[in-house]
Amino acid sequence: MTTPIIKSPYLFAHPYPGKLIVVEGIDGSGKSTQLSLLRKWLESKGSNIFFTEWNSSALVKETTKRGKKTKLLTPMTFSLLHATDFANRLYHQILPPLKAGMIVLADRYMYTAFARDAVRGVSPSWVRKLYSFAIKPDLAFYFRVPIEVSLSRLLEGTRAELKYYEAGMDLGLSPNLVESFKIFQSRTLAEYDKLVDEFGLTVMDATLEIDEQQEQVRDIVSKALATYKPKRGTHVKREALFWRRFALPESERAQGEADRA
Amino acid sequence: MPYQSLKGLKGKLIALEGPDGVGRSTHIELLQEWLEVQGYGVLTTGWTRSELMSKTIASAKQGNILDPWSHSLLYATDFADRLEHQIIPALRSGFVVLADRYIYTAFVRNTVRGCDRQWIHDVFGFAIVPDLVCYLRIDVDTLALRVIESKGMTYWESGMDMRLGADLYDSFKKYQGLIIEEFDKVAEEFGFQVVDARRPPEEIQEALRARILPILKEGRTKRINKAAAEKIAAEKGILGKPALVAVEKPAEKIAEKATAPAPAKEPATTA
Repeated sequence: MTTPIIKSPYLFAHPYPGKLIVVEGIDGSGKSTQLSLLRKWLESKGSNIFFTEWNSSALVKETTKRGKKTKLLTPMTFSLLHATDFANRLYHQILPPLKAGMIVLADRYMYTAFARDAVRGVSPSWVRKLYSFAIKPDLAFYFRVPIEVSLSRLLEGTRAELKYYEAGMDLGLSPNLVESFKIFQSRTLAEYDKLVDEFGLTVMDATLEIDEQQEQVRDIVSKALATYKPKRGTHVKREALFWRRFALPESERAQGEADRA
Repeated sequence: MPYQSLKGLKGKLIALEGPDGVGRSTHIELLQEWLEVQGYGVLTTGWTRSELMSKTIASAKQGNILDPWSHSLLYATDFADRLEHQIIPALRSGFVVLADRYIYTAFVRNTVRGCDRQWIHDVFGFAIVPDLVCYLRIDVDTLALRVIESKGMTYWESGMDMRLGADLYDSFKKYQGLIIEEFDKVAEEFGFQVVDARRPPEEIQEALRARILPILKEGRTKRINKAAAEKIAAEKGILGKPALVAVEKPAEKIAEKATAPAPAKEPATTA
């Protein structure tokens, strides 16, 4: 099959009034922590936030779980399942809030698939074509961290264990979980580094202290949101217009507003 | 699939395509019986029947909130699972694999639902090309009658998710009409063998067998040529050949019988 020029929407800015911010990085890079802090901050400023996570749609999650349990998954089906999950979430979770002008935060995006699937031996060009229906985020952070740091965070941190697929045990790199994790995640790291230039990811030094990183993140996000007009706030101006039709007596309306506040 | 070698697949992959209710599964059953009687190992595989995905797809259909992308990707995952766990291993050990629907069904449905044609081709880029694709072609009026007579029309077969018509019947006719139209295009593009499915089942079965036989023989000779020919020639000399002829002769006779009535009626189908 001949493919002339692939025109992928994910290479161009999306036309919606909302903003899409994503974080990427290997397991233990601290990206989820940073994203939740960013969310807190944006919410405290009064923005409407929608949050979505990699491989979280109910339908696909159950299948992945079943497949992982029975070790039935191959690199190909693994890749396709994640794409299915992504398509489902894009359509039902990401696009509607973006169209409504909200800020969408995504913990992992298609770049995770590009990095991991390449390590699992799936053709990189095929995976890119697979995701050609995706849209380009307004901001994509990549939290770069050395393997040793992420490993110690995972082993000494809250989780204190490595997961089978997280360590790439399905690839048979090493019978030892920690060894396998090291090999698999270093390869993933190398793939991520290639993606930085290809897709213009914003690289963050994930070895810094949490608050130092967060300060940088908030700085970059403020700049990216400079042109963003939050939908919220406008309804205060329209309050009178909104209630006029119902012609409530002044006293009752005041009561109603007090209740809402 | 770069990580899997496709060398040494000695089996034959034969796919049957056509709209819902045209009788594919009935004919697959008959073909399996026929092939097994002849001594071929047969594996049948059907759309959405993978161990990994069948439950998932069933529950997705219940919810009926699928967007076209995840719809297509669910089927692609099911297909990849069957390809890696059923089809390729069976072909490697020399089975005849009968596929009830193949990737072309996905192409057709995807296009009818308004998705990008190139994208779905790309998604299924890892598939292997069948040795033969038979397309059971039917007109939508005959199909509607047949489906009502047998098991009745269902929500998905009528494409009710696309809101093409007010009731099952209207929707079925419009949806399957589009499906057939698209199948015709795909059939031309990928060189399907077209079988007129308006005829009685026995005749359809005969026409299918006539198309499958040469494919099976093709494999035989190739295998003899490639691997065994030298050995047979060196070790057994003339002894190897009579055995070969004996195997192939009855097959040829059936082939002649079967092909005879088929071409006469074929022009009517394509016209």
